Amino acid sequence: MTETTAEGGHGAVPTGPDVPSGAHPSPSGAARRDWPLYECFVRGKRGLNHVHVGSLHAPDDEMAVHAARDLFTRRNEGVSIWVVRASDITASSPDEKDPMFAPAGDKVYRHPTFYEIPENVPHM
Amino acid sequence: MSAPTAVRPTEDELQAQFDATIAADRRIEPRDWMPEKYRAGLVRQIAQHAHSEIIGMQPEGDWLLKAPSLRRKAVLLAKVQDEAGHGMYLYSAAETLGADRADLTDKLVNGKQKYSSIFNYPTLTYADCGVIGWLVDGAAICNQVPLCRSSYGPYARAMIRVCKEESFHQRQGYELLMTMMRGTPEQRAMVQDAVDRWWWPSLMMFGPPDDDSPNSAQSMAWGVKRHSNDELRQRFVDMSVPQAQALGVTLPDPELALDETTGRYRFGQIDWTEFKQVISGNGPCNEERITRRRAARDDNAWVTEAATAYAAKHAAR
Repeated sequence: MTETTAEGGHGAVPTGPDVPSGAHPSPSGAARRDWPLYECFVRGKRGLNHVHVGSLHAPDDEMAVHAARDLFTRRNEGVSIWVVRASDITASSPDEKDPMFAPAGDKVYRHPTFYEIPENVPHM
Repeated sequence: MSAPTAVRPTEDELQAQFDATIAADRRIEPRDWMPEKYRAGLVRQIAQHAHSEIIGMQPEGDWLLKAPSLRRKAVLLAKVQDEAGHGMYLYSAAETLGADRADLTDKLVNGKQKYSSIFNYPTLTYADCGVIGWLVDGAAICNQVPLCRSSYGPYARAMIRVCKEESFHQRQGYELLMTMMRGTPEQRAMVQDAVDRWWWPSLMMFGPPDDDSPNSAQSMAWGVKRHSNDELRQRFVDMSVPQAQALGVTLPDPELALDETTGRYRFGQIDWTEFKQVISGNGPCNEERITRRRAARDDNAWVTEAATAYAAKHAAR
């Protein structure tokens, strides 16, 4: 008997070991895999940075912007959208112990709390 | 210049890092190492959640052309569009784990992946649209709010967006029902009838009882799931009873009663035979839902192809 759990938000679904996970794509979807993946960034309002909100597939840059508007700003969540092809992003290694960030680890003197100032000195 | 290179960690060290991240209640992010079972379990769960949102457009979509006023039609359209959006957020999260979106849709229409049992019930009257918003989306909110703290970052972030929008879904449904309850005796009877049909399937949305849910322990240990099926179901019942009283409908359970000692509501036995029938493909609408989803994929393929051709032509200029 297939096991069922209710982990998926909208209610119970079968999750037993005989249910395929889909983690390994089968070739049949290949024809519709032509659209590149875009990462989307939205500026919530003037004065704020663009923030990553998710990704979508689109045939080109312009249609990616339109799709991002429909997907991420249905309720005035933004005043500006950036989209960029995921393949064009260069990233550091994700590991939190990445030696890439080690140089910042031992430089406590870059933080204001490193310096002791007497209590009676104002506005410091 | 290049960053200093580190010695490649062993599988045990990676596992230890993963376990420490989970233990500290921090989030796992897409490019982190993760156990294969964690990845596969998440893909399956997120995909089935996404499928549920996409299939979930159909029951209410059936009333888009029959909504009784322009206001109701605009509301229903916005709601159905949200469900599509929720599906997109979730497919996007599944893709961060290495799944392929088109492939997941293929698996859905080929019956290799499932969606929530609740969407295999028909919407017989317009009151069903209100009850779906109130009870079905209400149950979904109970399930989804804890998922905002799911250990997998992209899933948790998608759920935060979804939960913000679900609140509108539930309130528009309840308001619709309140309006009908202020109407004619026939309209009140329609609401009661819809409640009678959707109450028990809504309780089934939380899945089998805890003692019949062996996957839950691992899922909770990994912080993917935060509360047990029975705990969430109980919360939903406790929330719904006063809402039903305010609405003026009777929940179809003679055993429903307040337990004075716990302050929670006791309720009757759920018909798990029906649940298993529906989930294994024998519900009233299983065939119709999948047939329509397959038709949408195949009949609209030309749009995808045309857009691809247009993009290629403009790129060549």
